[in-house]
Amino acid sequence: MSVTDHSLPTYKPKDFMSDQDVRWCPGCGDYAVLAAVRKALPNVGRRKEDFVFVSGIGCAARFPYYMETYGMHSIHGRAPAFATGIKLANPDLDVWIVSGDGDLLSIGGNHTMHVMRRNVGVRILLLNNRIYGLTKGQYSPTSERGKVTKSTPMGSIDEPVNPLALALAAECTFVARCIDIDAKTLTATMERAAAHEGCAFIEVYQDCNIFNHQAWFYASQKDTRPANTVDLVHGEPLIFGAERDKGVMIVNGRPRGVTLGAGGVTEKDLLVFDETDRTLAFTLANMHCPDLPEPLGVLYCNPDRPAYEQASREQVQAAMASAPGAELQDLVRGPDTWTVGG
Amino acid sequence: MSQKTKPCPTPVESVAVRFAGDSGDGMQLAGGQFTSATAILGNDFATFPDYPAEIRAPRGTTFGVSGFQVHFASHAIHTPGDSVDVLVTMNPAAFKMNTGDVRQGGMIIADEDEFTKVNLKKAGYGPDESPLADEVLGQRFRIVTVPISRMVREALAESGRSAKEIDRCRNMFALGLVCWMYDRPLEPTIDWLESYFGARKKLPDVAAMNVTALKAGWAFGETTEAIPQRYTVAPAELPAGVYRKISGNEAMVLGLAVAGEKIGKQVSYCGYPITPASDLLHGLAGLKRFGVQTFQAEDEIAAVAAAIGVSYAGGIGVTGTSGPGLALKGEAMGLAVMLELPLIVVDVQRAGPATGMPTKTEQTDLLQAFYGRSGEAPCIVLAASSPADCFEIAIEAVRLSTRAMCPAIVLSDAAIANGAEPWLVPDVSSISPIPCSHPEAQPDSDEQFEPYRRDPETGARRWAIPGTPGLEHRVGGLEKQDVTGDVSYDGPNHEHMIAHRAAKVARLADIIPPIEVGGDVAADTLVLGWGGTAGAILSAVNRLRDEGATLAIAHLRHLNPFPSNLGEVLGRYRRVIVPEINSGQLRLLLRGRFLVDVRGVNVIQGRGFHVEELVEGIRAEMAEEAS
Repeated sequence: MSVTDHSLPTYKPKDFMSDQDVRWCPGCGDYAVLAAVRKALPNVGRRKEDFVFVSGIGCAARFPYYMETYGMHSIHGRAPAFATGIKLANPDLDVWIVSGDGDLLSIGGNHTMHVMRRNVGVRILLLNNRIYGLTKGQYSPTSERGKVTKSTPMGSIDEPVNPLALALAAECTFVARCIDIDAKTLTATMERAAAHEGCAFIEVYQDCNIFNHQAWFYASQKDTRPANTVDLVHGEPLIFGAERDKGVMIVNGRPRGVTLGAGGVTEKDLLVFDETDRTLAFTLANMHCPDLPEPLGVLYCNPDRPAYEQASREQVQAAMASAPGAELQDLVRGPDTWTVGG
Repeated sequence: MSQKTKPCPTPVESVAVRFAGDSGDGMQLAGGQFTSATAILGNDFATFPDYPAEIRAPRGTTFGVSGFQVHFASHAIHTPGDSVDVLVTMNPAAFKMNTGDVRQGGMIIADEDEFTKVNLKKAGYGPDESPLADEVLGQRFRIVTVPISRMVREALAESGRSAKEIDRCRNMFALGLVCWMYDRPLEPTIDWLESYFGARKKLPDVAAMNVTALKAGWAFGETTEAIPQRYTVAPAELPAGVYRKISGNEAMVLGLAVAGEKIGKQVSYCGYPITPASDLLHGLAGLKRFGVQTFQAEDEIAAVAAAIGVSYAGGIGVTGTSGPGLALKGEAMGLAVMLELPLIVVDVQRAGPATGMPTKTEQTDLLQAFYGRSGEAPCIVLAASSPADCFEIAIEAVRLSTRAMCPAIVLSDAAIANGAEPWLVPDVSSISPIPCSHPEAQPDSDEQFEPYRRDPETGARRWAIPGTPGLEHRVGGLEKQDVTGDVSYDGPNHEHMIAHRAAKVARLADIIPPIEVGGDVAADTLVLGWGGTAGAILSAVNRLRDEGATLAIAHLRHLNPFPSNLGEVLGRYRRVIVPEINSGQLRLLLRGRFLVDVRGVNVIQGRGFHVEELVEGIRAEMAEEAS
C-alpha cells in the first residue's frame, strides 16, 4: 500500500468530519482521540473511500458515526470479527476498529485475541477508561482491584487484564500505548499503525470524566507524566523524569528504576529499547506505577509476518492458478457418473 | 465375475441393506461403496448413514455402533427404508442395536468370530446369552454366521502385516459378500481403493490387501452353502441423462459455489466446526480453485460476524451451522436485518435442545429460524426437500437474499445432509444469472449519500460498498431513519421500519413459485410437509392412495415468505395434515397465519419418518375427524 498515488486528493481533518453531532459528554477523552484520528488520516496516503471504521458497543463505539468514511457500528464485542470479514472480502480497504475496554476485552475478548494472532491487517484503537460508561458506571475488565462501583459496592475482587501483555501474548505484531490528550504522540503512533501491514493495536489511556474521572491522571498530566511514564524511542535508553535524571536498567533479569548519577549509574547502564524484541516488550508491558514508569509509544513492531487477509487471498489465487480452466460443470458432474437411457 | 455354482439371481423390486459395526470398522466406507456400485446399475436409491457422536467409543460397546443403510429399487423411492432386509453385523454390539430394525424374515449376517465372551459382555449380553443361537431370534430372522475375521486373516496371511492392520479389511470382505448377494460389480470399489490408498495415500499395499479381502468376500458367497440364493434389482426408470450420487451437504457446497458464479461474486464461507454442518466448511475449503474463500472462525458468533463483514464489503457472506450455533448467531443476524445486508445462514438441523443428539436428525429449528432474534427481525426462510434439492435451495437463497437485502436462513437436516440419492446432473449454463447491482461512484457530489433510499420494486436499500468514492456512509445496529440512514429514536419511523423490513421479505412472494398440489387435487384432505421429509411423506401418501384413500399432497420449500397462493390452497381443503419431526411448529405458524385447523403427525425420535408410521398417523387423523 506504500506506492505513492499522485492522484490522491489532499485531505484536511475536516474532510473526515461527518454531519452527525458528536454526542459524547463534554470533557470526554474520546473527543481528543477523534480529533487525532481526523488529523492522522490525511497523512496515511489512502483515499477517503477506502477507510472503514468498525466498532462494537459502548461510548467509544459511537466513533464511526462521526467519521466521514465508511463505517459500521456493530454489536457488542464483535467488531474484530466483522472487521476480519471486511478484510477477507477486500484486503485493500483500510479498516480501523475503535472500541472500549469492556467491548474489546470483556464481551469481545475472544475476538480480540484471535484477530491479533491471525495478524489480520486492521488497526485497533482501544479507548481504555477502566469503566463501563454507557451502562452508567460498572467496573470494567481493566478496573483496578478494589474498585467501588454500583455493581461492586464492597470493591471489585477481579484482577484487571493488562491490554498490552494480552496483545503480545496473542502474537499481535504492532503494540503501542498512548494518552488521549497527547495529540502529538497519538497522531504519530496512528500514522505508524496505518503503515503496518498486519494487526496494529494501540491502547489509549482515555479519561471518562463522568464515571471514572482522573483514572489516568497519574500518567497523563503535565506534573505527573514525566515521573510516572517513559517515552519509548527505538535504539535509545529508557530515560524519564522531569529532569530526565531517571532511567530503567535490568538488574538480575528484572527492570529497576534508577537515578542517573546515584551509585555510579550512567546512561550506558540503562536498558536500551528495541522495538523488535518481543521479550523486552513483555517486560515493559508489565511495568506499572508506582514501582516503575509506564511505557508510552510503540512497544513492539514486527513488520515481517504476512497479513492474514493477504495469505487468504494468495491461497485462493494459487489454487486458481494451479487449475486454469477449472469448470464448475465438471465439479458439479463429479468423477463418478452413470448414464440412464439414451 | 460370473458365478457358476448357483442359479441365476432372483429379481426383486427393492432392498434395504444395512452395514453395522464398531465406529472403527469402516461401515460408512462399506456402505458408501455399496451405494456407488448400486448407482452404476441404474437403481434409484436413498441412503442413511447413522453414526455415533463419539469418534472412537470404546471398541465393542453399544454406543460405538455405526451403521450405513442403503435402500435401492427398480422403481422410484424416496426414503432410506423403514426396515432392513439384510443386516450385516460386525460384532455383538452392532447385532444388539440393529436387529430391531430388520423385517420379519430378513437376513442377518454376523461375523461369528467377533461373538466372543468378552465382546458379548461389552455389548451388555449376560454370561449365558448367545444371541446367534437364540431360538426366538432364529425364528424371526435368518441368521447367517460367517467367520469373517478368520477368513480375512487367512486371505491376508501372506501380507506380512499385523493382525490389527489385517482386521481393518474386514469391512471389505463384508462388502464383497453383499455385492455377490445382490450382483453388484466390484470394479467401482477396486478402482476407488486403488486411487485412494494407492495413488493418493501412497499405500499400494493397503489397497491390495483391501482388494484381496473384497474378492475373498465375493468368493465366499460363491462357495458357501449358507446363502443359497442371490438377488438382483433391475434398473429403475429414471429420466434419461447423466447421474451422480449426491448427499445434501455435497449439494449445498456445489450450490453455493454455483451461486457465486451466477452472481459474479466471490463466496466467502465463514464457519465454525459443528456436527452435522462441518462438511460444508470442508467441502468449500476444497474449492479455492473456483475462487471460493473459507474462514474457520474462533466461534459461531465470529463466523456469522465475519460473513456479515464480507457482505458489507460486497461479497457473498455465508455461514453454516446447526441449531446450537444458530442460537449463538442470533444477535448478529438481527444486526444484518437492521443493516439490510445479504447474508446466507445454513442450518443443518440436529436433535436438540442444547447438545441434544448431535448426529441425529430433527426439524425443530423452524421457529428459531422465524423468531430466534431480539425485536422483530424477519429473515427469509427456505428449506431443502431432499439431498439434491440443497443445490437449488442454496442458489435460491443467494438470489432472494441479495434481492431483498435481507439474511436468508437455509434449513437442511442431518438426514438429508448425510443421506445420498441419485441426481440428474444439471446443466450449469442453463441456470439463470442472479442480477445484482451497486450504486455508482459519485466522486464529485457534495450531496450526502442516502444509504436507505430504496428500490421501488423490491423495497430493498442500495448495496453501496466500501471503496466507492462519494458513497461514504455509516450503518449500525441503532434504528435508522428511513432513506437517510441517520440514527433515529423517532417512534413513528421505528414502526415504519419494522413494517418495511417485514414487507420487503413478504414481497418476495411475488417472484417465488406458487405451491403446487399433487395427488388427488380435488380430495378433501391435503397432506402438507416442509423440508427434508418430502420423500417419506410422498411415499406414505402414495401408499395410502394405492390402498384407496383420496389425498392431495403439497410441500413447502419457501417458509418465509410462504408461496403467495398458500392461503388459498389451504382454504380448499376440509382437512390439512402436516407431518413434522417436531411438536407442530409449521402447524402453529399456519394456524396463526391462516386460521386453518391444521392437524399434525409428529414423531421426534432422532431419525427420519418411517413411511409406515406416517401412513398410520395420516390414517388416524382422517379417521378421527370422520368419526
